Amino acid sequence: MIDALLHYPFMQNAFVAGILAAIACGIIGTYVVVKRMVSISGGISHASFGGIGIGYYLAQYISWMTPVYGALIFAPLAALGMGAFVKRTHLAEDTVIGILWAVGMALGLTFIGLTPGYAPDLTVYLFGNILFITVSDLIMMTVLNAIIIAFVMSLYKELLAISFDQEFGVALGLPTERLYLALLCLIALTVVLLMRFVGIILIIALLTIPPATARQHTHSLKKMMLLSIAFGIVAVLGGLWLSYEINIQSGSGATIILLSATIFAASTLYTSLRHRNRKQSEKTPAN
Amino acid sequence: MVEEVVKLNNVWVQYDGTPVLEDINLSIRHDDFLGLIGPNGGGKTTLLKLILGLVAPSRGEVTILGENPEKSRRHVGYVPQHSLFDRDFPINVMEVVLTGRLSHTKPFHWYSKADREAAVEALRAVEMLDFKKRQIGMLSGGQQQRVFVARALVSEPKLLLLDEPMSSVDTPMQEEFYELLERLKQRMPIVLVSHDISAVSVYVDKIACLNRKLYYHESKELTPEDLEAAYHCPIQMIAHGVPHRVLKEHTHE
Repeated sequence: MIDALLHYPFMQNAFVAGILAAIACGIIGTYVVVKRMVSISGGISHASFGGIGIGYYLAQYISWMTPVYGALIFAPLAALGMGAFVKRTHLAEDTVIGILWAVGMALGLTFIGLTPGYAPDLTVYLFGNILFITVSDLIMMTVLNAIIIAFVMSLYKELLAISFDQEFGVALGLPTERLYLALLCLIALTVVLLMRFVGIILIIALLTIPPATARQHTHSLKKMMLLSIAFGIVAVLGGLWLSYEINIQSGSGATIILLSATIFAASTLYTSLRHRNRKQSEKTPAN
Repeated sequence: MVEEVVKLNNVWVQYDGTPVLEDINLSIRHDDFLGLIGPNGGGKTTLLKLILGLVAPSRGEVTILGENPEKSRRHVGYVPQHSLFDRDFPINVMEVVLTGRLSHTKPFHWYSKADREAAVEALRAVEMLDFKKRQIGMLSGGQQQRVFVARALVSEPKLLLLDEPMSSVDTPMQEEFYELLERLKQRMPIVLVSHDISAVSVYVDKIACLNRKLYYHESKELTPEDLEAAYHCPIQMIAHGVPHRVLKEHTHE
């Protein structure tokens, strides 16, 4: 792969995109995991398919419009819609997620069907293909990463407070609902950032597996973010290498996810063994 | 100094048209240690939220530290009823206590040196300074409760509200916890919500009983009539899966 990396620009793009994706996932995924927002994130990523369809449809009228830009506008709106429904109505959260998840995907399919001409190859958006990443994708990913980092750095202590104890945040007079909605928008941005990379169906894995692995090794939110970025980079670049070496035609998304799941399994085994050993050594001197 | 820290004047609170608090009159002075008892669902937490300005009265007037409760909220320390928090959450004791400073800090800034010193001071007051690096879930229930008291103290409050703090404290540790409150009452008035009448009555100076209406004589005395009136209010029961009401309206008022 090193050879290919040196010679082919698409491999270089893929390499940079992998690192950018791991950074966004490490930071936002940490909130997704500790604040228990995994299912709503899954809902947002699937609903964002509506934006892909709308962008595809509008591209015939608006010259700059692309499916990804369609998703960039639509995904945060879908996230806000879900958040507002969850917070403002008495509907159960998973009901709202289930409805908007399917409605978003149906909207996407409808608009793609309405667009004249051949139907596009949807697998790029559903499963991603890291080898199709262009320089303009890289620029967009960098900008979105900058937004995510700036937001999290400026509101780190507020986000920590409401993630740990929402009720106390309310009692302090923090705008907990607005912070929650802002987090959902950042999840939506991350989804768009990752869309061409692993595809909307597999995104949820990159948002949960590296942070879940990191959580087993630290008790600090900051370190959890850094560790999940590290686990993410290993999984993404390793998965890229695997798919290149074994020549998997369907793209690297699947190998990346499978590799990060393997790392998670190994980490879980290691943590539980260490835990058991510690318990045993605590017992021995007492008896 | 304002003589009355808390002043409720003919206050009513309704949720969806149902009165939760009826015609409450209450004064808390700056040296009070008030125990608030009453059955579950009697409105104890609502009364605390009223003082914090998190619930608006439908009628009547609430004045806290001479201001409206939303304004004075940053001077009120609150220890919420704690049953649900993720014990595995990646946060340590110091970070938990610092969140109590958020009503004083600005967004887009890190915690200042003064914030950190206040947190150390608060942890020292509850004798938990040695645990400041410990992850919160690794502490016992009683230790966690002390940390949550420190989180309330860190904003240097002029009034301290505790909602059922004993529910997660093991019985042997409860006495120590009450001794901590005894020390804190030298510094600020305290309102302690509990449903354990006998334990509370040993430590607090005054007791009020709440079940939609407040029974309070600015003393430790509650008449048997008060208790009967408060605890024998309409009871809702569910029998055989069919909701039906067993009403036992009391007449003494």
